[in-house]
Formats: sequence, C-alpha cells, structure tokens
Amino acid sequence: MTRKGYEGVAVAVPVTVPYVRYSIRAAHWWLARSLAELLKSSGLKKSDVDGLSVSSFTLAPDTAIGLTQHLGLSPRWLDYVPLGGASGVVALRRAARAVQAGDADIVACIAGDTNHVDSFRLTLANFSQFARDAIYPYGAGGPNASFAFLTAYYMRSYGATREDFGKLCVAQRANALKYSHALFKKPLTLEEYLSARAIAEPLHLFDCVMPCAGAEGFLVLSEERAKALGIPFAALMGTIERHNAFAADPVQMRAGWALDREDLYAQAGAGPGDMDFVQTYDDYPVISLLQLEDLGFCAKGEAPAFVRKHSFTHDGSFPLNTSGGQLSVGQAGAAGGFLGMVEALRQLTGQAQARQVKDAKLGLVSGFGMINFDRGLGSGAAILGC
Amino acid sequence: MLEKPKRKNPVLRTRLPTLPPAARSRVALGLTAAAALGRFELQQCRDCGTVQYPPREACQQCLSVHLLWKSQSGAGELLSDTVLHHSNDLFFRERLPWRLGLVHLDCGPTVVAHLHGGVPPAPARVRVAARLDRAGQAALVALPEKETSDMANDRQLREFTCDPKFRKVLVTDGKTAAGQAMVKALATAGAELIWVGHAEPWKKISGFDELEKVSQVTLLPLDVTDSKSVREVAAEIGGKVDILVNNAEHHRAFGIGNRAGVETARAEMDVNYFGLLRLAQEFGPAMRARGADGLASAVAWVNVLSIYALTNFPPHGTFSASKAAAHSLAQCLRAEMRPAGVRVVNVFPGPIDDEWNQLLPPPKVAAAGLAQAIVGALRDGVEDVYPGDVAQEWLARWRDNPKALERELSP
Amino acid sequence: MSILNSFIRELSAGKIRVVDLTQTLSPEFPQISLPPEMGQAWPFRIEEVSRYDERGPAWYWNNFSCGEHTGTHFDAPIHWVSGKDLPNNATDSIPPERFIGPACVIDCSKQAADDADFLLTKKHLLNWERRYGRIPPRAWVLMRTDWSKRSSDPVDYQNYDETGQHTPGPDTDAVRFLVGERDLLGFGSESIGTDAGQAYHLRPPYPCHYYMHGAGRYGLQCLTNLDQLPPTGAVVVAAPLKIRNGSGSPLRALALMESK
Repeated sequence: MTRKGYEGVAVAVPVTVPYVRYSIRAAHWWLARSLAELLKSSGLKKSDVDGLSVSSFTLAPDTAIGLTQHLGLSPRWLDYVPLGGASGVVALRRAARAVQAGDADIVACIAGDTNHVDSFRLTLANFSQFARDAIYPYGAGGPNASFAFLTAYYMRSYGATREDFGKLCVAQRANALKYSHALFKKPLTLEEYLSARAIAEPLHLFDCVMPCAGAEGFLVLSEERAKALGIPFAALMGTIERHNAFAADPVQMRAGWALDREDLYAQAGAGPGDMDFVQTYDDYPVISLLQLEDLGFCAKGEAPAFVRKHSFTHDGSFPLNTSGGQLSVGQAGAAGGFLGMVEALRQLTGQAQARQVKDAKLGLVSGFGMINFDRGLGSGAAILGC
Repeated sequence: MLEKPKRKNPVLRTRLPTLPPAARSRVALGLTAAAALGRFELQQCRDCGTVQYPPREACQQCLSVHLLWKSQSGAGELLSDTVLHHSNDLFFRERLPWRLGLVHLDCGPTVVAHLHGGVPPAPARVRVAARLDRAGQAALVALPEKETSDMANDRQLREFTCDPKFRKVLVTDGKTAAGQAMVKALATAGAELIWVGHAEPWKKISGFDELEKVSQVTLLPLDVTDSKSVREVAAEIGGKVDILVNNAEHHRAFGIGNRAGVETARAEMDVNYFGLLRLAQEFGPAMRARGADGLASAVAWVNVLSIYALTNFPPHGTFSASKAAAHSLAQCLRAEMRPAGVRVVNVFPGPIDDEWNQLLPPPKVAAAGLAQAIVGALRDGVEDVYPGDVAQEWLARWRDNPKALERELSP
Repeated sequence: MSILNSFIRELSAGKIRVVDLTQTLSPEFPQISLPPEMGQAWPFRIEEVSRYDERGPAWYWNNFSCGEHTGTHFDAPIHWVSGKDLPNNATDSIPPERFIGPACVIDCSKQAADDADFLLTKKHLLNWERRYGRIPPRAWVLMRTDWSKRSSDPVDYQNYDETGQHTPGPDTDAVRFLVGERDLLGFGSESIGTDAGQAYHLRPPYPCHYYMHGAGRYGLQCLTNLDQLPPTGAVVVAAPLKIRNGSGSPLRALALMESK
C-alpha cells in the first residue's frame, strides 16, 4: 500500500517559553504558558483547540489527560508523546494525520519540563526499567556515560577528534548568540572547548547539554485554516519514525534514519543536497555526526571529514542547529525534542531574525531520544518546506 | 596499587556512608541472587536460547516468557571505556574518578560494567562478573581477562569486596579449631589486626596458646552470653572493627525426645541466637557509622550458621532450630546494616569435623576449609556461602524440593 | 534488757562487727564447670530492664538469671543423691534456725598456698581442737584457705589444668569425723565446691557432698573474708532463698563477731 502524503497539513506558530536553569514551578506551569503563547500568537481561543499533544518528563503523576482538566481544555483528540528527543517529530506526524483525517482541526503540540535542583537526578534514576537496573547503578552518570561510550567508540572507529566535535559546538554557540532565548550568552572558542574539564572521558563540559526548564510549542492544522487565520506556516513534506533499529549492533553507530531515509526523501521529492538547513538532535555532538551520516549528507564514517569541510553557522556553508541547538540553548527536557522543530518553523516562516538562513525553503529536522539502556531507541525526521 | 592506609587522623570527621543506587526491578534481582553466591548468571530463553540483558520479562527474540537464569562465562570484548569525572549520585561523586566500560559479551548482549583498573583501554578482552555493590545489589564488573595476583587491590573493585587486607577483624571465639583456623587464614589474608574473643578463660583448649604467636592477634575476653561482656568489648574496640566474624557457637547433638528439659536448647539459643543479637546491638551502630571510612572501612559481618538452618536435622534438632533463628535474625541484621554498606555474610557449613559431629559420617568440613571459605567469601564479596559437600548437596536438594529434603532427613 | 535489745545496742555501738562473707554476683564470677556433654548450671547473667529511659522513665532495674549454685551459695542436702530422701532437705523446708550457727574457722591458708590440692584431714581438725577447743554441735565449720583472694582472676580461681581443677578441700575421714563425731551444721569453703577440685578421685567421689548431704548437713561455697574471722567466737548467718524444693541458692552470708 502506498503511503499517503501529508498534503494539506500546515505546521505553524512556533513558540518558546524562555528557558531558565532552575524553576520552582511544575511542568504544568510551563506547558500552560506554551499553550497560552500558541493562542496569543495565533489569535485562537482555547475552545478552538480540539487536539492536544503533550510531551514531558516531569508531568508525573499526570499525563496529557490530567492536563486537560488542569488547563480547562476539552479536546476531541489527545496524544501523549513521552519520547524525549524524538517527541517533536513524532508529535507532528501523529497530529498531521489527525488533521488530515478530520479527527481534529487544530492540534496544539506542546512540550515542556520543569527543572528543580534535584529533578534531573530523579529523572535519570527513574528513566526506564533498563536504565534503573543496568545503567543508573553504574556511576549514575546518566546519558553522559552512554554518550561517552559512543563518542569514544566513534573516535576510535572513524578517526574523529575532539576538534571535530568542538567545531560543531563552537559554530552552534555562534548561532545561539543570535537567539535571544539561548541560555548561553557568551561566545565559545575552540580553545575553551578543548580545555574544559572532563565529565566522562572523552566528553568534556561543552560536549554535554545543560538541563534546564522551559517549553516549546507549535500548531498543526489544515492549510485552509492557517490561511483563514492569516498565520504563516510550513508544509510537511515527509517524515519518518523508527524505534529500536539495528538492535543487534553491539554498539550504536547508526539509528533508524539509516533504515528509512530513502523513504523520507522520496516523500519530500528532494535529496539531502536540497536542504537549506538541518536541525539535528544534539544533546552530545557525536549524535549530530551520526545523523549527518545516517540522513545521507555523507557516508558512514565520513562525518569527521564533512565537519572539517563546513562551517555550520546560519550564514555558512551548511546551516546546522541555527538557534544554537540544545548544546547552547539548554535542554529543557522533552522541549529539547521540539527545539529543532520550532527553529525550523521560524526559519521557514521568516521569523528567525538575525540568524535567518537566506532563502530558506526546505529544512530537515531530526529527532533522537530515549536512552533506555545503552543507546537511543527512538529516531525520526521531518522535512518541512514553504 | 593499594597502599596500606595511614593511621586515621582522629580530629577529622568520618564520612557518613552512602550507597550506590539500589533500586532494581524484581526481575533484575535474579542477577543479585546469583551474585550473592558469587555466580554470574543471565537470563537465557528456554525456547530459543537467546541470552538477555538487561533482565526482562520476555525473550527479545521469540517473546517466550520462559527466561531461565543460567551461568554465563562473562568473556567478552571491551568496546569502549570511559572515566566518569562527574556523577549525579553521592556515592559515586565521593569516589570519582570512576571507570566504566561497554562490553560485548561473547554470549550475545552488550552490557555496561564497572571497569577494573587493570583492563587496558578498549579494545580489550575482559571477563565480566556480577558482584554485589555496597547497596547489596548486583552490578557487573569487567575484570582483566587473566587473574593477576594484585587484582583484589583495585580501588574500584574493593568497593565491591570485603577483602580482609589492611582491615581489623574480630573473631568472636578463638577456642575452637575452626575459630583458630579463621584467625590464621585472616592473618595470612593480610588483616591488620585480629581480636580474638574467648569465653570462660579458665578452660584450657588446645591450640589456643598458639594464637598469641600470630603477630596481628590480640586476645580478648568475650562471652556472647554476657551482655555486659559484649557491651564492654564493643565499647573498647567497636569503633575499630571492620569485619566481625561471629563464630561463637553452642552445639549439642540432641533432638526433642532424647534430651529432657530445655536447658541445652536454651544454651544453644543463648549463644547462637541471643549471642548474635547482643553482638549486633553493641557492635552494629559503630560499624554502621564507619561504612565509608576510607580504604579500610567497616565492611562485613560474618555469621557462621549451619546448613541445618535451612531445614531441621532431627538428630541435632535443637541446634538446627537455634541456627534457623540466627539465620532469620541475620536477615534482619542484613537489612539494618545495608544502609551503611556493611555486608552481612551468612556461612552455612555442612557438619564441621569437630567433637559435636563425631558420630556423623564424612565428608565433614575441616576447620581450615571453613576458614578458607570465609576468607574467600570476603574477598569475592559474596553474601551467602555453603562450604562443604554436604552443604552443597543439601542446598541443591532444598532448592529442588524443600519438602522432599524434610522427608529425607526424617527417615 | 532483752537479749535482742542488748544485741541491737551492741551492734549500734560497734561492739558487734558484721563481716560480709559474700562474693559479688557478676557475670565474670566463675561458675562450676562440668564436662560439656552434661547439663550445666547457668552462670550469673544480668540484663537491664530499664534505666530512666524509654523502657521505664523514672526507674532502673534488671533481670538476672543464674543457677542455684552460683556465686557464694548454699548447698541443701537434696543437692546430692545421698540426701535425696531426707526430710527437710530443700531450701524451703530446712528449719530457719539451722541457717545460723557458731563458726569454727580452720586456717589452712599456708597449706593451700603451698599445695592447691591440699586436703584437710581429721588430724588437722584434732590439732585445731587441741588449740581452740572442741567443735561444738551445730557449728559451721569453715575451711579458710584464702582461695577467695584469687577470685579477681577467674583462671587462678578455677585453677584448671589438663587433669582438671586443683582446689583444696576436706578428705573423706575429715568429713566423716565432722558429721559422725561433731554433729556440725555444715561445711564452708572459699573455692567452688566444698569438695577439693580433685575429689572425684577420692573414695567415695566428692566425699564432702556425699556424707555431708547424706547426713542432712549443708554446704557453703565461694565464701570470702574468712581471714577476718577469729577461729571461734563468730556467728554465721547463711539463709538461702526460699526456693520450693531448691537444691541450693545464692547467699548473702554474714558473720557477726565481737569487736575487740
């Protein structure tokens, strides 16, 4: 059976609730503000929102349904997407189908998390059964340790150097300096990157995202409705999603993108070379390298050379993570999975201000999430256009 | 690799014990159950043979729910290694830097393991074992492929073991051949000081005078039936004892019908059960306070129980009952010592080759064999040990069918 | 003035001195040891019930446990098989006036110092009588050995070697003489047992227990301070606890003597 396209779906109204390092508020507070921003920016009333998609790590004991009562919503379509870094792409895919099918007219996709002083530790400790049994007792380093393994293995296998990872981090910081919501406000030099303290060798301070509180959101609705509302929007050209791909690989050097990228580009009628920018999921730089390979921008193992060839700033040779990525904006829990999506929408709707990629017509957003045990399980990607 | 710890600076605060993360799913406790015995077992599918890790409820290959815990070799390839310089957990934070490895086991799964300092950087061949951590839960440890003489000295590995080396030990009864053998074995294992308790000082026992010739030994009057004696000894040395070996035992070969009255049974309870209770009340608090006192912290409490604690051996019926009571109390002690990371090691020997088992046929556990089993348990960090062929056989029978063993013991 | 009034007056005036013949009951105090396969007497043990704490906020008290034959103690005739069928042979049935009697203190301290296995003979007793007069009827005959001075060291006090215990006591003839010819109330010693440590090898074994209890007489053991008593002239009060059918009891043994 041929896959149905995403024609007629509009993705619009990128909103960000400005991040803070620590918050005494609950996740509900952040999600409420995200929804309020969506309404304010779109001119919609709360009752117009008949679909709700929620992504959060810190909403417990509530889930999406509890939030409907908390926020006084009465949606006829409800989704809960606790997929971390994959949640932006996955929320969009599902919402798009709901809108196409008429199950909902306007879906608010919101993602947000709070960050109390101790919440990151608690999130790690209770992240998953496998993590609790087989990761957290091993030094409680959380994803730092897991990505240290991947990074070390990648460096050994493909000759990547710390300078390669550093180059991405430095370029993203340059992008972030033009994004007002980024928590990191100071330029980063390669020297500073290289001389930072070790966290989990070979990872050092600037290889690791900083947990924080924040929220993101966007709307999914029909093109007709978007036009009627007079809001700028992007079209969804194609998306993929895959979980627990290549389970037999002893160490994760590739993820679901490698399995599904042909499908992705076929849906979009475009190839990697047609992308005006790319937003990867970047909690650690090594995973951006895997995405560049698996999404076909270069061959497996050639990302280090690719990195050495490009500049990655919004105005450079391969605009990547143009708002700074999580590495320079901060990782607001599940909102981190929305960061690239929201930035892509801003780029494609001309709202990216000083960091606007010139003539951005087509962009790729990639998601990756849930280090359940030794690897990230969820991967997804979407190509948006205007 | 491991220097003899300096004398403790008495004006510095003793760090409070913390534990590594202890939460586990119930199914993961299968790993702990095996590690408590010093075994490395992973789930293996009964139907398709796939080895699984992390522990789970259903086979990732064929969805069978018949996953059996089976011994695995642990041989594997170190794919990647890291050194943590940051941790979100207090226990590890206090022990940084901490080395970890990602190991692809020959039997299939990839595992994350604590990495022994003797393993070279990846890629390297390693041997993965399951060890109890200070929280009493199993954790995987990747060891050098080949055993080396100083392996036990690894700073990280020592957090999993109860190695007597450089530690101060109390053996509660030096007046039995087994107790004397334990003292000698602990001395050979590098214990820094060994206090040896002895009750009823007027009773001469052969071999006892020999103990004084062991340079680490200090003899100490200690009668576990006398609360005052236990309290005074604990007041004197309780703050220094790193390993307490409670081998004080009263053993008479009687059941119910062949000994009138309760006096013998009461004496057995007084030593075997109440003795443990008295020791635990007096020594427990000080040992708990020193669960993280550097390289030679308080680390283990050894109870010499009996395989009869599992099921009653009617010819030694009241003794069996007292050991069953002690076993139950030892479980309580284990729970109470766990927050301090002090391991309670229960030893379940078969009949020891002593005068009270005179009429039992061989094989019997020699004093030296029992002592070696205890030192081995401390070095390997195991929690339950069953020395001797009889104990091993009874354990196997008991696991297979406890009711059948009960019948077999009451002909 | 009545006898008791004058007794009290003399006591108050310090003319009557009270000597405590009792060892302190403590867990360390050595108890009798039998071969390990036999039944054993409990040593003295004491457990705190409360001490002004959550177990009892305003009071301090203990539970203690011990055998009937613990510390300084009394042996009743029923203790030995030879006395098992006698009338009034247990701690509750002995007429109370029989707990009080004049003391004849036989000083064997020099001999015991030279020979732990020293046996008191009839000849020693006759020599004593030549010096201090005939042992009166219903007297406590106390064998002073100064053995009590060893009690701070349980090893020295028990004095075991591979052949068993070595402590002084009376020989068979001495016991028969005291019972048969002097009608004593009972025999007292400073060591564990009225019999010598090696009395198992005498005929009959443990003659002091055998004949003394067989004739309805009593034993006092683990006494102390006998060196403070005159050879004659003191009165000993040794009343056991009134244990039903008791074979003995820990004692607070007191001696009264006139001050010089």
